[in-house]
Amino acid sequence: MIFESLSDKIQGTLNKLKGKGKLTEKDINNAMREIKLSLLEADVNFKVVKDFIKTVKERSLGSEVMESLTPGQQVVKIVNEEMIKLLGESESKIDFSDDITVIMMCGLQGAGKTTTSGKLALKFKKQNKRPLIAACDIYRPAAIKQLEVVGKGIDVPVFKIEGENDAVKIANEAFKEAKKKGNDVLILDTAGRLHIDEALMEELQQIKSSLNPREILLVLDSMTGQDAVKIAEAFNSTMEISGVILTKVDGDARGGAALSLRAVTSKPIKFVTTGEKMSDLEPFYPDRMASRILGMGDVLSLIEKA
Amino acid sequence: KKTKDEFASKIDSVFSMYTKIDDELLEDLEDILIGSDIGVESTMDIIEHLKNCVKTEKLKTPDEIRIRLKEYLKEIIHTDDETDDSNMKTPTVILIIGVNGVGKTTTIGKLANRYKTMGKSVLVAAGDTFRAAAVEQLQVWCDRAGVELIANKEGSDPAAVIFDSVQAAKSRKADVLICDTAGRLHNKKNLMNELNKIFRVVDKEYDTAFKQVYLVIDSTTGQNGIIQAKTFKEAADIDGIILTKLDGTAKGGIIVPVQKEIGVPVKYVGLGEKIDDLQPFDSNKFVDAIFE
Ligand SMILES: Nc1nc2c(ncn2[C@@H]2O[C@H](COP(=O)(O)OP(=O)(O)OP(=O)(O)O)[C@@H](O)[C@H]2O)c(=O)[nH]1
Ligand SMILES: Nc1nc2c(ncn2[C@@H]2O[C@H](COP(=O)(O)OP(=O)(O)OP(=O)(O)O)[C@@H](O)[C@H]2O)c(=O)[nH]1
Ligand SMILES: [Mg+2]
Ligand SMILES: [Mg+2]
Repeated sequence: MIFESLSDKIQGTLNKLKGKGKLTEKDINNAMREIKLSLLEADVNFKVVKDFIKTVKERSLGSEVMESLTPGQQVVKIVNEEMIKLLGESESKIDFSDDITVIMMCGLQGAGKTTTSGKLALKFKKQNKRPLIAACDIYRPAAIKQLEVVGKGIDVPVFKIEGENDAVKIANEAFKEAKKKGNDVLILDTAGRLHIDEALMEELQQIKSSLNPREILLVLDSMTGQDAVKIAEAFNSTMEISGVILTKVDGDARGGAALSLRAVTSKPIKFVTTGEKMSDLEPFYPDRMASRILGMGDVLSLIEKA
Repeated sequence: KKTKDEFASKIDSVFSMYTKIDDELLEDLEDILIGSDIGVESTMDIIEHLKNCVKTEKLKTPDEIRIRLKEYLKEIIHTDDETDDSNMKTPTVILIIGVNGVGKTTTIGKLANRYKTMGKSVLVAAGDTFRAAAVEQLQVWCDRAGVELIANKEGSDPAAVIFDSVQAAKSRKADVLICDTAGRLHNKKNLMNELNKIFRVVDKEYDTAFKQVYLVIDSTTGQNGIIQAKTFKEAADIDGIILTKLDGTAKGGIIVPVQKEIGVPVKYVGLGEKIDDLQPFDSNKFVDAIFE
């Protein structure tokens, strides 16, 4: 499970603190070093880790903790609060206020865009929407065919123009088609691209400026390492993304990317995907995720009461 | 290439910022190594090694450390059998495995093209019967490379496709048979068992062939790459790693801990989406490029 090993390690560190009646600066420094290493091992970006540790340390050395009767638990509480800040405060939903809600998927090669387009379509269909998926990937071999297979499996129409080599045109035509057929959600599956590929980033921008999508979602593989920050920053600065979908969390990725993303883009993680089946998509609840990392649903309510 | 330039300029700029060796320099180095996905453990080990060098060899200048770092990285990454596929033994069966979306199918297209250009007769097996349009994707690559693809229906048993492909390779006396497999996360037990079944088919049906199992790792992968390597190695004797997508900004530093852990050499690197965007891995070049 995602975050499992991070969770184990951080909990181990915090448990040592919890029991203590009094905390010295050394105790806190040691704990912070351990947490720092755990976060780094979980692929949280090293700059994000530095900031996080600095904040937690400063707060932990403050009077709020030092004068408390249960200083260890106070530190746990601080870690939890800062972790929630890092992950984002609350669940964020898709905004369906447009007549045709255009959702654009983007991201690196192989991140899971095409599969996730299908998953979103299925989810919306279950909410009584009428999604249409547009095959805007004109580069990858058999990309259209892949999307067609996906669409067929969930009984959602796929718009394509076979042989067309202008992705912007496909997106525009797809929008017309959605209007004509009465679809209220249009999901644009785009080709995978590197964030440093200027020509392809330009293509995305053109699609954006002609359709002005309600949601531009960066699809990011949860196994991504330190580069996640650079990728997210680049996509966010050219595209101004509205959120992130973190894929393949059914692997035991340590999930550090999830913790870094918001810190650099301040954009929420909206969904996580948990497998290759079309139903393997879940909303992302930052607060629950933070508690899960710290294994402390109960502890928190205890502190609240105290 | 972009990847290495960035890594390089960073390491070199760190060294140029310092006039003597102190804790701050080492800390900056630590950040850079970790920031390149080399991982906490390997980074600590590298820093420890450098500290030792400073002590025992009485190193004085940042440049001396720079040289030691470079040597040590080479030592870790280097393996005796750097890729020389020009005189590969035949017949060879190559199995390509890895987690989802890392670039297995694309790499097969590139390899098929490479071997064919060398004058080998190449056959490809569509062992991914699971992913939507996996066969069609591979067919496009085989057409580009001008090699034949052996495929069954989507949803059929992958081991059966491999069986058929082995028979075809034998009867056509193909020099190389390259087998695609479905992407699978290393923690999916049943899928890993399925791999085992595929390996057994090759062993049993083609024991005269020289076998190579290549694990494909995406260079943007973080520390999860270590677990990938470990778990796939449990399922199969991996002969080599193929590091893809090095044309991005990721450093591919994950191969440092991966090699330390499982001691498997990197064979090829993927540098793009075109058919000739594949190069044999050269550890000297790789490390040199980090610093140049
Ligand atoms: N285990 C697992 N596999 C996933 C998940 N999401 C996607 N995949 C797999 O990841 C691989 C890549 O998915 P795609 O949807 O083709 O990715 P993409 O971003 O469209 O790829 P390109 O179009 O080539 O850039 C496929 O094998 C998918 O089945 C997930 O949540 N879990
Ligand atoms: N930039 C870049 N993209 C690559 C490279 N290798 C593969 N890709 C892209 O990565 C995506 C996934 O590649 P595939 O070959 O389908 O990966 P796979 O491992 O077969 O995926 P599954 O079969 O779904 O597990 C495609 O969009 C490829 O074009 C590379 O070296 N550089
Ligand atoms: Mg796709
Ligand atoms: Mg494939």
